Amino acid sequence: MATSMFFEFLLDSLPKLLDGLQVTFLLTIVAILAGFLIGVTLALGRIYGNKIISGICIGFIEVIRGTPLLVQLFIIYFGLASIGLVFSPIQAALFGLSLNSSAYQAEYLRGSIQAIPSGQMVAARTLGMTKIQSIGTIVLPQALRISIPAWSNELIYLFKYTSIAYLIQVRELTAEGQIIASRNFRYVEIYLIIALIYLIFTFIISEIVDRAEKRFHVPGLGVPKRASWLRNT
Amino acid sequence: MPMLDVKNIHKSFETTEVLKGISFSMEKEETKVIIGTSGTGKSTLLRCLNQLDPPDEGEVWLDGEELTNPSIDINRIRQKIGFVFQDFNLFNHLTALRNVSIGLEKVKQLNKEKARERAMDELKRVGLEKQINQYPAQLSGGQKQRVGIARALAMDPDIILFDEPTSALDPELIGDVLDVMKSLYGKVAMLIVTHEMGFARNVADEIIFMEGGVIVEKGPPKQMFQSPTKQRTKEFLGRIATLYGAE
Amino acid sequence: MRGLAVTIELTLLSMLCASTLAIMMAFGRSYGKQPLPFIALIYEKIFRGIPLIVIFILVYFGLAQIGILIDAFSAAIIGLALHSTAYQIQIYRSAINSIPEGQVIAAQSLGMSKLQAIRYILLPQMLRLSIPGWSNEFTIILKDTSIAIAIGVVELMRQGRYVIVREPSVALYILLVVALIYFIFVFTINRGLSYLEKRYHISGLEITKAR
Ligand SMILES: Nc1ncnc2c1ncn2[C@@H]1O[C@H](COP(=O)(O)OP(=O)(O)OP(=O)(O)O)[C@@H](O)[C@H]1O
Ligand SMILES: [Mg+2]
Repeated sequence: MATSMFFEFLLDSLPKLLDGLQVTFLLTIVAILAGFLIGVTLALGRIYGNKIISGICIGFIEVIRGTPLLVQLFIIYFGLASIGLVFSPIQAALFGLSLNSSAYQAEYLRGSIQAIPSGQMVAARTLGMTKIQSIGTIVLPQALRISIPAWSNELIYLFKYTSIAYLIQVRELTAEGQIIASRNFRYVEIYLIIALIYLIFTFIISEIVDRAEKRFHVPGLGVPKRASWLRNT
Repeated sequence: MPMLDVKNIHKSFETTEVLKGISFSMEKEETKVIIGTSGTGKSTLLRCLNQLDPPDEGEVWLDGEELTNPSIDINRIRQKIGFVFQDFNLFNHLTALRNVSIGLEKVKQLNKEKARERAMDELKRVGLEKQINQYPAQLSGGQKQRVGIARALAMDPDIILFDEPTSALDPELIGDVLDVMKSLYGKVAMLIVTHEMGFARNVADEIIFMEGGVIVEKGPPKQMFQSPTKQRTKEFLGRIATLYGAE
Repeated sequence: MRGLAVTIELTLLSMLCASTLAIMMAFGRSYGKQPLPFIALIYEKIFRGIPLIVIFILVYFGLAQIGILIDAFSAAIIGLALHSTAYQIQIYRSAINSIPEGQVIAAQSLGMSKLQAIRYILLPQMLRLSIPGWSNEFTIILKDTSIAIAIGVVELMRQGRYVIVREPSVALYILLVVALIYFIFVFTINRGLSYLEKRYHISGLEITKAR
């Protein structure tokens, strides 16, 4: 009896939840990719840039990492609106999540770049490569491979933290749950389902990334025993 | 009645039988050396004696108490059996002095001051009075091992088991450790696994040659080196002499 | 500035709960008998897979549903602690695992019991080794307290919102001040703990440093 009611309830709410899940995925994918592009730029700027560029990159990274994501989203959504820059919730979330992720990704990448022996850069330069060529063809490809484990953590982390966008009215998974629950007050059931959805997908994502990691593995190019225990900070 | 009596010890890991019936005994303050090829079960035997790896079969008796009896308080017994490790196993967060005194404080329940004094004496005895406040990472291998010996000595053991105490050391540091061990001769019983044949020859009361999980032959050094009765013993000693350049 | 006090209380209390729980689970995972390691593992997988905000909601409403009524503040502490524990287990575990097993054996050969070996040999080393990961987690919890706004805890963030609602035109400035406060705290914690790390550093006792 109770179970059949639960299934009915599940079937009722599932379409809405799947709508929300789509938004969650959209936020995750855009943020990880945009965050990656900005992150690479920041990391390179921080390491190879002149004093001013490097300083700006460090400042940006530290400010983002030193403040909560929620505050950043609020600043973009409510704060900028107050000076006339109005974003829709989803725009604000995409923007905020991307910037946030970029700072963390920049730090992983910096760690990886610095793990590559400096002799490689020297060797590339003695072959006649320019600095930019050496970075692009020797340093970055290795650094990116080394970053994969950290990057996979970041992906899962982002997937989970998109839920915060709910607090600026983005209708992603968590928000849909809230909408359903506020109608029937079955918070526990609906959020157990949501928890399960998150669990399943974090599991799937980490499986996929694990496979990818093995696939791109280069013998001897060890992942420095970094940060399996360090959370994204 | 011998101080230590080992009767028919058997020990297997999964399917392989590593010790196939080992028996021997030791008197108070006697020194015996175990030799044998790698993988013969020498370390396993030592660990069976203080029950770090309880044997599957057989008995170990110390001072009239059966250590293999499961109802015995093994932590009380282990105080009487010192152990010196090949790779030292010093406590990295403690100074040399604290490495030696922690057992006195926490196991023997000595007060801090007493434990400290005693630890100091033991470190002096092994020639490390200058290093008492250094951490393991700041000591040389030979110094580390001497702290290891002091740590064992401080507990007033009846017997100390040494598992290749000098194998991890640079050749020029081995002498210091062997000297300390020599100085203990006749003061405490020692059962020593080592490849230092010169040491074995000069210090041991008896040499035990192990192979394939059994004792092939045992006897006083003179007899073992000059007229071993078993062909295997002869071969092994011949080989080790060329390997380690012993006399 | 009530909000600020609440944020600090939330951070400290949940950090305390999470550290205690995680240290026990880490030892359970490394040195415990089955099913302890298995339980710790499952715990970790589950609580690393669910967003904090969902955990908050489940704790807040879930406990209410089974008749345990708690205020949002307590629910936030429980949620933060449950979540952080799952991450902290790894910190302590890698610290424990980087301590050679030989030291435990050496302790036992001195006559220490397993518990004594853990207490006097493993724990002190583990705590020192964990400082970097721990300080990291500290700042994360501090930042994560902002999410407690979702279940209505009046912490720093919500306080900021109140002001915004009353005075929408200054939203940006208020939020920047809030951000600044967080930043100063995160900065201070990092500095303070890296001082602690140096202070209690013992040469030769370190995890191969990640960064
Ligand atoms: N914990 C264990 N689990 C499984 N096998 C083990 C274990 N400990 C030892 N062995 C096996 O038992 C055999 C004897 O090992 P042991 O360490 O006692 O030899 P050893 O004589 O001390 O050799 P060495 O001179 O190399 O130290 C080896 O083949 C080893 O692989
Ligand atoms: Mg051995």
